[in-house]
Amino acid sequence: MSLELTIAIIVTVVGASTPILIAALGELVVEKSGVLNLGVEGMMLVGAITGFVVAFTTGNHYLAILLAAAAGVATSMIFGFLTLSLSANQTATGLALTIFGTGFSALAGQGYSARPVTLLGPLFPAELATHPIWRVLFGYSALVYFSLAMVFAVWWFLKKSRAGLILRAVGENDLSAHSIGYSVIGVRYAAVAFGGAMAGIAGACFPLLLTPQWAERMTAGRGWIAVALVVFASWKPFRLLAGAYLFGLVMTMELYAKASGGPLSAIPAELWSAMPYLATVVVLVLISIRRDASTNAPACLGRPFLPSN
Amino acid sequence: MQFRLEKRPEPSRLMLYGTPVAAVVLTMFIGAIIFSLIGYDGIGAVREIFFTPLTNAFKWQDLGVKAAPLIIIGVGLSIAYRANVWNIGAEGQYIMGGLGGWWTLPAMMIAGVAGGAAYAAIPALLRTRLNVNEILTSLMLTYASVQLIYYLVRAPWKDPMGMGFPQTRRFASEALLPNIIPGTIVHAGVPIAIIVALVAWFIMTRSVFGYQMRVVGAAPHAARYGGFSENKTIWLALLVSGGLAGLAGMLEVAGPFQRMVPGFPTNYGFTAIIVAFLGRLNPLGVIFAGIVMAITFVGGEIAQTTIGLSNSATGVFQAMMLFFLLAGDILVRYRVRRVTPQVEARA
Repeated sequence: MSLELTIAIIVTVVGASTPILIAALGELVVEKSGVLNLGVEGMMLVGAITGFVVAFTTGNHYLAILLAAAAGVATSMIFGFLTLSLSANQTATGLALTIFGTGFSALAGQGYSARPVTLLGPLFPAELATHPIWRVLFGYSALVYFSLAMVFAVWWFLKKSRAGLILRAVGENDLSAHSIGYSVIGVRYAAVAFGGAMAGIAGACFPLLLTPQWAERMTAGRGWIAVALVVFASWKPFRLLAGAYLFGLVMTMELYAKASGGPLSAIPAELWSAMPYLATVVVLVLISIRRDASTNAPACLGRPFLPSN
Repeated sequence: MQFRLEKRPEPSRLMLYGTPVAAVVLTMFIGAIIFSLIGYDGIGAVREIFFTPLTNAFKWQDLGVKAAPLIIIGVGLSIAYRANVWNIGAEGQYIMGGLGGWWTLPAMMIAGVAGGAAYAAIPALLRTRLNVNEILTSLMLTYASVQLIYYLVRAPWKDPMGMGFPQTRRFASEALLPNIIPGTIVHAGVPIAIIVALVAWFIMTRSVFGYQMRVVGAAPHAARYGGFSENKTIWLALLVSGGLAGLAGMLEVAGPFQRMVPGFPTNYGFTAIIVAFLGRLNPLGVIFAGIVMAITFVGGEIAQTTIGLSNSATGVFQAMMLFFLLAGDILVRYRVRRVTPQVEARA
């Protein structure tokens, strides 16, 4: 395999992994606070259409990313209000949010399909990325570096900061955190909003980083894979990084197989398309065989907080 | 004047069955307002989506045909959700049921149920043996099954006379669902849906099986003391919901579609999730919820042609309905008490 091809594959893998990583980091923080938001896919779609429309009308990619994050937050607040203020069932509300995001994005995106936007360009000047090797390091757009920076940021926040400690306390033992005087609901609202912002940005990656257009359901289940990855990573940011890149590799293996021309190229395209989903199932099975996987889950995950009872 | 929430000693039955109705009515009002605010004809949208399908007698047959798969899948899901088993891969089980449907009708029904149940058996096995979350596995398998359809209709099952279209041959006439009302599109799946719901209602309320599903879902600890196996319940919940989704898939492929095409997955499996909740996880309620949802589907198509509203508006209305329903859930468990400040001060 030539150096050029290897580098092309690495660059593709990084691109495919980035939205999953960003969305999963958001969901990780949400789950650490004891809330299970299954609406990631829906929030991503709202972020994707917002990012697309803003980039299409203004041509400003950074404004598009910012507003996609805001749209993600707004969508997540529907979930927050229902589950935190009205203590509705989190599983059902998350599903409803995904159904809503799918319908809303399709409605808002009506008339925008087959219209082109430009992809977000590389962050560093082209002179830095002339040699192929340097391209692997410096050839990406800001979204990729943002996702990597957020891995550190989330790790630092959860492990080292006081606010992160409070968030974990709320997720592990909401009643104790409440009795010490922390606002369980307030912390969870903040976490859900952060998850919404990250999902919105992750959605914006699809039109701005991967395919420069809008298509209905263009996130194609990546939001659900992000939710699965959080379990796979047993709620640890650096494992999330490894997991996301593993999935990026699975998603782009088709390119490699086609290019290599070996027996792998005989595999039908549909099987390659199904691969990320089947890999998710396999990964969930492997992780459950390892015993510590579920013990690391936040103790209050998915449970509504009702201090008066 | 202030309001305060107070826990009810027992969940309110009035609220339990009243809130779904309120959710539908609220969706119409708020939906009209929101759609008007964002620049659509809001009142027209609500009129076309919620009322025209009922007032236009030509559309009634469409209601039956659209409601049938939703009711069949919704009944299965309501049984599973009662047991706290979150099968959200009904769309995939529906697809496998459709792919399983082959040969002549009675055999096809068995194959359809078997196809759906077998596909739901994978999450069941993984959940009971390895404690893998069934939400994620059942959903991932749905995405995989869509690719399986694409593969089958493009390569091995492709109709050689299909002018290159990716689709299977049309079914032989003995494999097609008979129309039960001549001159309409109403097929045998419609009465089957009603029968399925009635049988499920009877089983859920009158049998040990139904009791087991409800107890394991509502009070897992008590169920364990009572000798009900949790694993067995998970298996039953997934096999029943998967089997019914498979039956719906088979009825669709042998009825409206008459062959397998790439457009076969039409999200009935996902919409049935809303149907199950709107029907309060009660098979009889699911009949009404399925009809309501069918109205919005048929109405969405009408609105598309009459006022040019995108079909996806239907999805937004359906999601709103579910949001209002979930928001209303708090009224089932709590009551709103009006308290005057003086009373509170004395207390």
